[in-house]
Amino acid sequence: MPDGTHTTIGQPAIRIDGRAKVTGMARYASDEVVANPAHAFLVTSAIARGRVRGFRLEAARAVPGVLDILTHENVGGEAEKPQPMSGGDTTTTLESDRIWHDGQIIALVLAESFEAAREAAHKVEVDYEAETPAASFGSPGAEEEVREAGEHKDYKLGDAAAAFAAAEVKVDARYGTPTQHHNPIELYTTTCEWRGGKLTVYESSQFVYGLRASLAKQLRMDPGDIHVVSRFVGGAFGSRGGITARTAWVAVAARRLNRPVRLVPTRDQGFTIVTYRAETRHHIQLGATRDGRLTALRHEGWEVTSRPSQYNVSGTETTARIYACPNILTKVNIVHADRNTPGFMRAPPETPYMFALETAMDELAVSLGMDPVELRRVNEPERDPATGKPFSSRSLMPCFDQGAERFGWKRRNPSPGAMREGEWLVGWGCAAAAYPANIGPAACRVTLTAEGRARVQIAAHDIGTGAYTAIAITAADRLGLELGQVLVELGGTELPAAGLAAGSSHTAGICNAVAKACEGVRQRLAQAAVTSNEGKLAGLDPASLTLSAGALRGPGGAAEALPKALARAAPGALEVYAENIPQGLPPESIGKVYQGQMAMSRGHSREDATTYTFGAQFVEVRVHELTREIRVPRAVGAFAAGTIVNPLTAYSQYMGGMIWGIGAALHEATEIDPHAARYVNDNIAEYLIPVNADVRSIEVIMVPEQDSQVNPLGIKGIGEIGIVGMNAAISNAVWHATGRRIRELPIRIEDLL
Amino acid sequence: MRPFSYQHPRSTMAALALAAQHVARPGEARRPAPARYLAGGTNLLDLMKIGVDHPATLIDIAALRQEHGRIEADESGLSLGALVRMAEAAEHPAVLRDYPAIAQSLQLAASQQLRNMATLGGNVLQRTRCNYFRDPSWPACNKRMPGSGCAAMQGVNRRLAVLGVSEHCIAHYPGDFANVLAAFGAELDLLAPDGTARRIPFEELHRLPGGTPHIETNLQPGELITGFRVPAGPWTRRSLYLKIRDRDSYDFAQASAVVGLDLQDGVVREARIGLGGLVAKPWRAHAAEAALNGQRLDRAVAEAAAAAAFQDAVTHGENAFKPELGRRTLVRALLQAAAMEA
Ligand SMILES: Cc1cc2nc3c(=O)[nH]c(=O)nc-3n(C[C@H](O)[C@H](O)[C@H](O)COP(=O)(O)OP(=O)(O)OC[C@H]3O[C@@H](n4cnc5c(N)ncnc54)[C@H](O)[C@@H]3O)c2cc1C
Ligand code: SF4
Repeated sequence: MPDGTHTTIGQPAIRIDGRAKVTGMARYASDEVVANPAHAFLVTSAIARGRVRGFRLEAARAVPGVLDILTHENVGGEAEKPQPMSGGDTTTTLESDRIWHDGQIIALVLAESFEAAREAAHKVEVDYEAETPAASFGSPGAEEEVREAGEHKDYKLGDAAAAFAAAEVKVDARYGTPTQHHNPIELYTTTCEWRGGKLTVYESSQFVYGLRASLAKQLRMDPGDIHVVSRFVGGAFGSRGGITARTAWVAVAARRLNRPVRLVPTRDQGFTIVTYRAETRHHIQLGATRDGRLTALRHEGWEVTSRPSQYNVSGTETTARIYACPNILTKVNIVHADRNTPGFMRAPPETPYMFALETAMDELAVSLGMDPVELRRVNEPERDPATGKPFSSRSLMPCFDQGAERFGWKRRNPSPGAMREGEWLVGWGCAAAAYPANIGPAACRVTLTAEGRARVQIAAHDIGTGAYTAIAITAADRLGLELGQVLVELGGTELPAAGLAAGSSHTAGICNAVAKACEGVRQRLAQAAVTSNEGKLAGLDPASLTLSAGALRGPGGAAEALPKALARAAPGALEVYAENIPQGLPPESIGKVYQGQMAMSRGHSREDATTYTFGAQFVEVRVHELTREIRVPRAVGAFAAGTIVNPLTAYSQYMGGMIWGIGAALHEATEIDPHAARYVNDNIAEYLIPVNADVRSIEVIMVPEQDSQVNPLGIKGIGEIGIVGMNAAISNAVWHATGRRIRELPIRIEDLL
Repeated sequence: MRPFSYQHPRSTMAALALAAQHVARPGEARRPAPARYLAGGTNLLDLMKIGVDHPATLIDIAALRQEHGRIEADESGLSLGALVRMAEAAEHPAVLRDYPAIAQSLQLAASQQLRNMATLGGNVLQRTRCNYFRDPSWPACNKRMPGSGCAAMQGVNRRLAVLGVSEHCIAHYPGDFANVLAAFGAELDLLAPDGTARRIPFEELHRLPGGTPHIETNLQPGELITGFRVPAGPWTRRSLYLKIRDRDSYDFAQASAVVGLDLQDGVVREARIGLGGLVAKPWRAHAAEAALNGQRLDRAVAEAAAAAAFQDAVTHGENAFKPELGRRTLVRALLQAAAMEA
C-alpha cells in the first residue's frame, strides 16, 4: 500500500489504456474473436431515388464460397428500420424495394471469406426503376418546411424586425456550410453471434444501451437477450451515436446462417450507411447602436435532411444566448432531399451556426470600426439573454483576454491587407466559442478488494477522449488510491448503464456517477470504523473521515490502512452500486438510460441556470498575394470548462477540435453530383482533411474556472468546443488578410482569386 | 477478389517474353487477356481494388531494377531508369543541383511512403483522379467505357482540366514529374515485346483525349518504358516547379508550373515552360515559351506569357477558376525563377 500520494482530479495522467492501444492489445469491435465467422459485404444503391425492380444474382451466387445473399425479397420482413436518436423517422434499407438515397444498403452478400463476398457483391446486378432525385438546397423536388418547436426551441424576444429596421448599424448577410463526413479511422464494422436465442453484437458505439434497445425493437426481441460489446472505439465524432441499418441485417444474417457474421464495410460505404453533417444555410440580421450594443439579432437556418426525417441541429439555441440583445428572433427550416439521414457530428449545432453568427459579428465590428474583442465585451450579458436565467458560470471575456494576450492581438493592424510577410498577406481573426454544459444520468459499480484495489464498472464509452483514464482518475481521487490501483471496465451492456457519449456530456455524467459510488464506499468504511469497538477511528463522526493515500483518515491525523478498514466493513470485497441523477432530471431518468433512451440535462434548458462552456479562438492565416492558397501558421484557443479531470487528454481534445476546425474551414466538403444526388469524393484521398503540414502551432489555454452549480464535480465538458469558433476565426482572418468576406465554407483558392 | 495471375520475371528479356504472350498478333481473332507491368503498384493496385482496371496478368518488374534502376548524370544530360524510385531521384545530389525542377516535382508529390514505393516509369503513367472515372458505379465515363458519355462535364469537376480537353473528356493528368519531362524536351526509351528498342520525345508519350479518351498513350501493346533522358541546358539549372494546392502537403496540384530559364542579363535566351494540375496530358507551353524568348523578363512579360499559355483554355462550371489560377501560378513561377541564383 503506497503512502503519501494518490492520484487527484486535475493532475495530468497518461492514458491507462495507452499501452494496450499502441501495442495492438486493444480489441476494437472487429478484432473480437468469434468462432468461424462468415463474412458480409454490402451492396449499395447506385441511384439516389427509385425502386429495386429486381436482382440478377446467378453470377454472384456462382462465386466459390458464397453462402447467402440477403435482399428485401428474402429478409425484408425480418427486421424493422432503426430508431434514430434524434429527428424521428429515417429511411429504410432491406425492409422494402424503395431507394431513398445514394449508397443505400440494398443487399448483403455472405461468404466464407471477405474476398469472396466482395467479388460476389460486385457481380450482383440490380435492375432499378430510377426517379429524378433532388440533391440539396435549390434542387427541383426538394421540399422545404418550417421546423416546428419540439425537440428544439425557437426564441422570440421583443420585436427583432422593428429593432433591425431602426438600427444605426446593420449586418444583413447569408452564410453556408458544406456536407461533411466523420471518417473515423476505424471503419463501421459489425459482428454478430447468436447463442441459443441470445445475441452478442460487437460494434463500436457511443451508446451501447441505445444500440441494444433499438436493435431489440427492430428484431422484436427482449433487450435482455442482447449483449452489446464496444470496448474500444477508433474514433466516433458522433457517427456512432445512433444505431444504423446495418446492425440488424448482420444479426439476421447470422441467424440465417446459424454462424457468426462479420461485416467490414468499405471507406466509401461509410459515406452513406451512417450519418453525416448536412449542409446548412443561414440568414443573419444584426442591428446595433453606434457604440456597438446589439439591438436586434435574427438568425434563420436551413438544414438538409432525408425525406422521412426531421433531423435538424437548430444551433440558434446557442446563437440566441451568446450576446446581450433585447430583440431576438430565431427560426429553422428543414429541406428534405433524396439523401441519407444526417446525424451528430462534432458540435452538431454550433459548428455551422456559430460560423454564421461569429462571422456576422466580425462584419459588425468592421462596420463599427471597433475591435472585434471589444465588440464582444460591450455585448457581454448579465444573464442568459434568451431566458433571463443566470449563467452558472461564464468566462467568455477571460477567455478572450487570455487568448488575445497569448496571441499578441494588440499588435494587430485592423485594416485589411495591411499586414504582410514577403509575398504573403497576413490576417488575424478571432471568434467566440460556446457549447452547452450537458450531463446525463449514469450508474456505476465500484468494488474495493482486500488488496486495496478498486474495480470500476460502468457502460461508459471511450471514443478516444480518454474516458478510461478520467474514470480511473476520479476513482483514485475519491478512494485515495494511485491510478495503477484502479481497474476500469467499460463499453458493454453487462455493466451499469451510462448514456450517450455525445454533447460533451459524458465526462460529467460518468465521473459524477463514479464519485457517487466512491462516496458510498467511503461511507461504508467510515461507518464500520466509527462503530467499531477498537481502532483509532472508533467513535469519530463518520462524515469527518476521508480516504486519501491508501488510508481512511480522521480529522486529528488518526488513520487506518485501507485493508484494515475494509476488513471491518465487508468480508473479502466491498461493492457499491450507485446511480447519479443530475440536477433537474427525475429519478426515473436512469431507467430511461437502461432502456436506451436519451435522458440528458441540457445546458440551455435547465430550470436553475443556463450552463455553458465558453472559449475564444484566435487564428493567423497567410494568403499568397498571387496564387491565393491559404495556410494557418498558428492558432490560439482559450477555454473555460469548469473542472478539468485530466489536463493531458483535455489538451488533446481542444487541440483536436482546433485542428478539425482548420479542416472544416479550409478543406473538408463532401461533393454531391447535382444531377445524380450522389457523393463524388467519397474517399479520403479526395475528401481532404488537414495533414501535418497544414497544422503548425496550436496553443491551448485552459482558463481556470470553478462552477459548483453545474454538477457536484464542476465538470462542464470539453469534447466539442475546440472546433466551434474555428470556422469563423479563420474566415475572419481571411477577411483581414485580403479584404474578402467569404461566407461559404470551405474557403478555397478560387474564392480569393 | 477477382483472380489474376502474378508473374515475376528475373530479367527484361523474360518480362518482354511474358508481355508478348498477351499481345494480339495481326489477324488473331481472340482478344488477349490484358497484362500490365507492375512497378510500385501504388496506382495500378489501387485501380484494381476499386474495380477500374482488371488485368488478367500482372508482370512484376521489380527485378528489372538491376537493369533499369540507375541515375546517371554528365554534362550532356541526365539518365533516369524507369525503375528508379521517386524518392531516389528526388534526393539525388546531381538532380538536386542541376535539375531542381525535377527534384521539386518529385518532392512535392504524394507522400514519403508513396515516393519510397513508386517508380518513375509508373509515375508518368498514373491515371486521372477524375472521381467519375475512379468509381465504376457511375454509368457515364468515356474513358472507362467508350461511348458512355461524361458525367464530369456538368458535375463535380473542380480538379479537372482546362487545357487539351475535348467534348468527350475533361480528365486531368494528375502527375507532377511528367510536366517537367515535357517542358525539358526529355526523351523516352522503350522496348517492345519483340525486343525492338525505340526512343521517342516524351511529349509524344501521352495523347490528348479527342474522341478516344480511353486511349491515353502512344505505347504499343506490351511496350516497356526503360528510362528517361533529359538533355542538359542552361534552363535545367535555373529551373523550378511551383505547385499550388489546397493542402500544404500530400495533395495533387490544382495548378502547377515548370519554369526553366536561360537568362542573360535579365533577357530570356530560351525558356522551357510546363504546366500541370489543369492539363489533359503532361504539358509543355510552347506559346508561353515563344512569348518569353528574347524578352526582358519583367512582370508584364510574365503576364503576357501566362496569357498565351491559357489562350485555348476551356472550362466547365466549377473549374472556371483554373485558367486564372494557372496564369497566376505561371507568373509567380517565372518571377521566382528569374530571381534564382543559377
Ligand atoms: C494518395 C496519393 C497521392 C498522390 N499524389 C501524387 C502527387 O501529388 N503527384 C504525383 O505526381 N503523383 C501522385 N500520386 C501518384 C503516384 O505518384 C503514382 O501512383 C506512382 O508514381 C505510380 O508509380 P508506381 O511505380 O507505383 O506505378 P504502378 O502503380 O506500378 O503502375 C502504374 C501504371 O504504369 C504501368 N507501368 C509501370 N511501370 C512501367 C514501365 N516501366 N513500363 C510500362 N508501363 C509501366 C503499370 O502497368 C500501370 O499501368 C499519388 C498517389 C496516391 C495514391
Ligand atoms: S472527364 Fe473523362 S474520365 Fe472523367 S467522367 Fe468524363 S470521360 Fe470519364
